[in-house]
Amino acid sequence: MAHENIKVNLYVWRQNGPNDPNAGIKVYSDLEINTHMSFLEMLDVLNTHIIENKDKYPEGPVAFEHDCREGICGACSLVINGRPHGPMQGTTTCQLHMRHFNNGDNIYIEPFKAKAFPMIKDLVVDRSSFDKIIQAGGYISVNTGGTPDGNAVPVPQDVSSEAMDAAACIGCGACVAACPNASAMLFTSAKVSHLGLLPQGKTEAAIRVKRMVSQMDNEGFGLCSNVGACEADCPKEISINNIARMNRAYISSTFTNDH
Amino acid sequence: MKKFQSNVPESETLEDKWTEYRSRMPLVAPNNKRNIEVIVVGTGLAGASAAATLGELGYQVKAFCFHDSPRRAHSIAAQGGINAAKNYQNDGDSVYRLFYDTVKGGDYRSREANVHRLAEVSRNIIDQCVAQGVPFAREYGGNLANRSFGGVQVSRTFYARGQTGQQLLIGAYSALSRQISLGNVVMYNRHEMLDLVVVEGKARGIIARNLLTGQLERYGAHAVVLATGGYGNVFYLSTNAMGSNVTAGWVSHKRGAYFANPCYCQIHPTCIPVSGDYQSKLTLMSESLRNDGRVWVPKHKKDVEALRAGKMKPTELSEEDRDYYLERIYPAFGNLVPRDVASRAAKYRCDDGYGVGSTGLAVYLDFAAAILRYGKSAATSQNLVNPSDEKIKELGRAVVEKKYGNLFEMYEKITGEDPYKTPMRIFPAVHYTMGGIWVDYNLETSIPGLFATGESNFSDHGANRLGASALMQGLADGYFVLPYTIGVFLSKEIRTPKISTDTPEFEEAQNNVQTKINKLLSINGTRSVESYHRELGVDIMWQYCGMARNAEGLKIGREKVRALREDFWKNVYVPHSDKDGHEFNPELEKALRVADFFELAELMMVDANDRKESCGGHFRDEYATAEGEAERNDKDYAYVSAWEYNGLDDDPILHKEKLEFKDIELKTRSYK
Ligand SMILES: Cc1cc2nc3c(=O)[nH]c(=O)nc-3n(C[C@H](O)[C@H](O)[C@H](O)COP(=O)(O)OP(=O)(O)OC[C@H]3O[C@@H](n4cnc5c(N)ncnc54)[C@H](O)[C@@H]3O)c2cc1C
Ligand code: SF4
Ligand code: FES
Repeated sequence: MAHENIKVNLYVWRQNGPNDPNAGIKVYSDLEINTHMSFLEMLDVLNTHIIENKDKYPEGPVAFEHDCREGICGACSLVINGRPHGPMQGTTTCQLHMRHFNNGDNIYIEPFKAKAFPMIKDLVVDRSSFDKIIQAGGYISVNTGGTPDGNAVPVPQDVSSEAMDAAACIGCGACVAACPNASAMLFTSAKVSHLGLLPQGKTEAAIRVKRMVSQMDNEGFGLCSNVGACEADCPKEISINNIARMNRAYISSTFTNDH
Repeated sequence: MKKFQSNVPESETLEDKWTEYRSRMPLVAPNNKRNIEVIVVGTGLAGASAAATLGELGYQVKAFCFHDSPRRAHSIAAQGGINAAKNYQNDGDSVYRLFYDTVKGGDYRSREANVHRLAEVSRNIIDQCVAQGVPFAREYGGNLANRSFGGVQVSRTFYARGQTGQQLLIGAYSALSRQISLGNVVMYNRHEMLDLVVVEGKARGIIARNLLTGQLERYGAHAVVLATGGYGNVFYLSTNAMGSNVTAGWVSHKRGAYFANPCYCQIHPTCIPVSGDYQSKLTLMSESLRNDGRVWVPKHKKDVEALRAGKMKPTELSEEDRDYYLERIYPAFGNLVPRDVASRAAKYRCDDGYGVGSTGLAVYLDFAAAILRYGKSAATSQNLVNPSDEKIKELGRAVVEKKYGNLFEMYEKITGEDPYKTPMRIFPAVHYTMGGIWVDYNLETSIPGLFATGESNFSDHGANRLGASALMQGLADGYFVLPYTIGVFLSKEIRTPKISTDTPEFEEAQNNVQTKINKLLSINGTRSVESYHRELGVDIMWQYCGMARNAEGLKIGREKVRALREDFWKNVYVPHSDKDGHEFNPELEKALRVADFFELAELMMVDANDRKESCGGHFRDEYATAEGEAERNDKDYAYVSAWEYNGLDDDPILHKEKLEFKDIELKTRSYK
């Protein structure tokens, strides 16, 4: 694979804290990069350039979140040219490589925007509302110890595989950013499905779905109107069928009593 | 007062130690637990499991992580699997065999009793995770599936596709979330521990920086547990997540916790090679790939040149012109030799000029044979008569895709090459650190009341860790060991009132951190933190303290680390708008971590120099056989090196914990 250098123009959302009156897009033109870089390595290059020319760039380096850089921790975000995690299907921002861009491209980079994801700085937002949804019921209530042997309850291969498909969610929030209503249905339904499909998670299924849905509403996420943008932009290709499954579970849960 | 005794319980046999100890252990009554506070720093596998379990037991837990959520800890990235001595495959596995494999794999540099306990509780972990809803891979009949991993001859690895760490962490995170919702654990996300507070010789709290506001905050507790992960990022390029760092362990070390075996670093044989100097991290290709992939380089230099120049494709090279060197040198284990052996073999091929790829620093991992083999067997089971080569390949590809699909996809995303059609290019990279904070049998450090678990302690892996055993150790520590053993300390603390943070010790620690921050921010030099980190890791550590070390290089390396550290404190530029760091400032976070890596780096050089033998991940050029195999020296070096901090200008002080092997005979590891 040939290494190639190209130049790109970055249009980056800069915002110094939640209430910055000067928040907006800033342009960094003619950044020279290598097509083998990942998108985040390109931002590293930009930040090094900013740091090494501090007099020219009083705004300082661009804040963005990242950690694993291999598509699994869910820390990276970014809306790239209007799409959460950029143009490639089933790919997180950290796995996106610059070989998918061309010399002279203008690239718009913005944060995940949603009421339930308050702004922190530049491209960093607060996604702890997702933790709150999990705390409301995204678990099976077992304590450590005293559990039956792992093979005591056989789980059919297709059931465990379907549960795994849903469990693959990385909690990144792209589904929320993609949704015109900023709904967290895909995220929540993935957890409801993962646990509800497995025999171990069935006992609490009804109460789980009720609590998680109500927490989702409390956190300020919008309602689902079946647009489907979440599925299209989800880097783990979590299926929208999970939402249908959760809706069914939710309706039937309203016939059981909370306790 | 520092304590430095292994505290391994006395029992007739190794098998009885843990069981007997547990039944004799002092307990803390439930009504007392409610008044006892425990701080858990880190919520990866080791920390989340510990915090959840301590919460369930009734302790008041405060848990900390620097991530925005516990679910993002580096544990999430583990791909391959987790070991357990379940013997579900009926292939002769047992607790003893897992114990034996781990001690042997660790090149006889671990503590027997700890490893045996690990093997015992490994079985409970799987039960626990299944009950939590971890979607492990299953057989057709619905039972749990297993695969084999490097360095062993049984199938004992449990997995959830290529995302085992993710699924185990989500399990621990969900247990933790439940305890948070019940009010038993208070979770502090985006809080970074920057100092340990020791009061009258006992660990009683931490200073943490709230990463959103930049304010320093004081937290007190009856005991502190570190579960802060490994320090592989001292090499800058590694398979660790970008944020992984040594700070919590290092500041504890400076407060009196001994640091054990810092030179034991694991270099993983199958990572995607470096492609350019902009590179920020290296990506692991799971070891499970070596079950089906064959490692090779060309036999002849002329082919190497043609391949490097792109004049020839690896698929065009005939079988007789390839050197499947692992199969050739180690016929008994072949491609499944342990990591240190596989990594070194790759290094030797490349040193000798047989490396491929544009840099010459890569070997091939080839799936063509596996695709054919699986294709043929699928054709037979589908009763296809005379299937075409195309059909066989298609069937074989489907099998390989099912096993490793996400890894192949990841490889293609990064390199732009399709590994179903052309062999992967791989090279060793820093992956895991066996060294860490020294702990006794109770996982207690040399500071009473300070505990260390998971990768942050010096662990059960000796000088080399076998695949799929870090997840096992993290969860063993957190679910099944620490929650018991911490009681030995806490049972003596039931009369200790709530720890006040309004004391001179907390004051001093907070000032210490604030001074360091102010100093970093006031330098206003010209060089970025990143550039220092890269130079430290790539140009110094990898060069002089990497896959092979020698006395001369370690001496030069140490001098270079010092010189660069001094330069860092004069010339680094940490962008900021608040001189006290009271703001959200990722560059400052990085600077604080890199500052500690500098100090650790020097200790690693000292330790590597002291250990005049080759064992596991520590390889000294001077101590090798004529064929280049490691030469261990059990007579002089069968000890754990536990280092005591002695100021930056003076040499650290070495304490030796002698390792005794009562159950296992020390042998030269052979995988031939
Ligand atoms: C790519 C990759 C693949 C792997 N695959 C496998 C595998 O297949 N099988 C296997 O057994 N092992 C594997 N490992 C190793 C294994 O994943 C790790 O050793 C293990 O997960 C470490 O867990 P831990 O809980 O000790 O630490 P981590 O998961 O690293 O967690 C550290 C925690 O500490 C917190 N923290 C750190 N410092 C501070 C501080 N100063 N203040 C506050 N919080 C702090 C972090 O926020 C985080 O929550 C793999 C490792 C890598 C890199
Ligand atoms: S459902 Fe998809 S987009 Fe939404 S949080 Fe999970 S992985 Fe991200
Ligand atoms: S940085 Fe972890 S998913 Fe992108």
